Amino acid sequence: MFALIRAVVGRDLRLAMRRQADIVSALFFFIIVVSLFPLGIGPEPDLLRKLAPGVLWVAALLATMLSLPRLFADDHRDGTLEQLALAPQPLGLVVLGKVLAHWLVSGLPLALLAPVLGIQFDLDADALWVLTGALLIGTPALSGIGAIGAALTLGVRGGGVLLSLLVLPLYIPVLIFGAGAVDATVTGMGAQAHLSLLGALALGGLFFAPWATAAALRIALE
Amino acid sequence: MNNRLINWFKYASPQSFYPLAGKMIPWFWALAAVFGVAGLYIGFLVAPTDAQQGEGYRIIFLHVPASWMSMFIYLVMAGWAALGLAYNTRLSGMMAQALAPTGALFAFLSLWTGALWGKPMWGAWWVWDARLTSELILLFLYIGFIALQSAIDDPRRADKAGAILALVGVVNIPIIYFSVKWWNTLHQGASVSLTKAPSMAQTMLWGMLLCALACWMYSIAVALMRARSIMLERERHTEWVRALLGGKSANQE
Repeated sequence: MFALIRAVVGRDLRLAMRRQADIVSALFFFIIVVSLFPLGIGPEPDLLRKLAPGVLWVAALLATMLSLPRLFADDHRDGTLEQLALAPQPLGLVVLGKVLAHWLVSGLPLALLAPVLGIQFDLDADALWVLTGALLIGTPALSGIGAIGAALTLGVRGGGVLLSLLVLPLYIPVLIFGAGAVDATVTGMGAQAHLSLLGALALGGLFFAPWATAAALRIALE
Repeated sequence: MNNRLINWFKYASPQSFYPLAGKMIPWFWALAAVFGVAGLYIGFLVAPTDAQQGEGYRIIFLHVPASWMSMFIYLVMAGWAALGLAYNTRLSGMMAQALAPTGALFAFLSLWTGALWGKPMWGAWWVWDARLTSELILLFLYIGFIALQSAIDDPRRADKAGAILALVGVVNIPIIYFSVKWWNTLHQGASVSLTKAPSMAQTMLWGMLLCALACWMYSIAVALMRARSIMLERERHTEWVRALLGGKSANQE
C-alpha cells in the first residue's frame, strides 16, 4: 500500500519538477494577490494586521485552486488515468498519492512562503508561527477536497471556472478555522482549538476525499 | 409469495412514472393552495401580534418554511442521488435535477426574507451570522450542483457527477443545523425544536406548520412537473414518448 502511494507521489513529483514553471507561477500568483491588498486598502499597520489572516488564507485558497485542474487533466489526456483505473490496486490509493504530491508542490510551498508575506502585514512572530502551522495543517484538506472537484470537472467544458464554483464553498470551513487560528493568536486567545478542528478537517478530508474522487474519476472515464 | 411483494421499482422507469406524476400533480397543487390559504389566514389574521417584534415578525410564516425547505430539499436531493448511484435508476438523477432549482429558490427566498426581517429587528440587512452564512453556502452548493449538471452534456454522466457532488455537499447540512450551537452570535436561537416545548404562541406555530406544508406540496408539485419535462427531453428517442406526443416528434426526427 505504502509502496503504491510512494510510487505515485514520486512519479507526480518528477513530472512536476520537469515543469517547474507551473509551480512557480501559482506561488507568484499567491504573492501578487496578497501584495495587492495593502495597495487596495491602504498601508495602516493596525488595519493590515487585522486583515492579514483572512487575506493570506483566501489567497492560499485561490492559489490552490489554480493548480487543481492539472491534477488529473494531463493523465486523462494521454490515457494514463485509464491505465491507473484498470490497475489491480485501488484507485483511491492512487488518488491519495496524487493528492499528497499536489500538496507537496502547492500547499507546502505556500505554507513556507506565508510567513514572509505575513511580515508585509506586520504580524508578530507568534502569529507567523501559527499562520505557517495552520497552513501546513489546512492545505492537505484543500488538496483533498479540491481533488473531488477536479475529478468531477474532468474534461467538462468551462472546467476551470466550474471547479472554483464547486470547490470554494466546500473550502469555507477550512478558511474559517485556518484564519480563525491566526486571528485568535493575534487577539491573544490561543489557537489550540482552531488548529485541532483544522487537523480534524484535514484528516477527514484526506480519508474521505480520495474515495469520492475515485468514484468521480470512474464516472468521468466511463 | 411473489404477488405479495410490492414491486418498488415499477415506478423507477420513466415510462410508468410519467403518467403517475401527471395524475399526482393537480392534487399537490390543490393541497398547496389549501394549506397556503389556511396558513396565511392564520398567519395574518388569527396569530397575535408579537410582544417584542410587533407585526414585522409575520414574515416568519414564509421565512422559516423556506429555510426548512431549502435544507430538506438538499437532503432529499442527496437521497435521490444516493439511490441513483446505488441502483443505477434513471429516474433518480432526473428527480435530483428537478429538485435543485426549487431548493435554490427556497434558499434564496430564505435569505431574502431574512434580510427583510433583519432590517427592522437588528437594524441590518445582512449580518455575518452563522446561520445566515450557512444558508448562503447552501445556495452556493445548489448553484454548483446546477452548474455542474448543465455543463456536462451526457445526461448519465451529469446525473452521476451531480450525485457525488450532492453527497459531498450534504456534509454541509448538519453544519447549518448545529451552527447555532457552534457559534454564539446575533441570530436568535432556534424557536422550534424537537426536544423542548416551542417558545411561541400555539397559533403562530400552527400558521407556520401550515405554511411549511404548503411549501412542501408546492415543491413536490413543481419538482414533478419539472421531472416530467426532463423525462420527455431525455427519453425523446423512445417509443412511449413518440406515442405520447403523436406525430409531433416524428416530424422533427
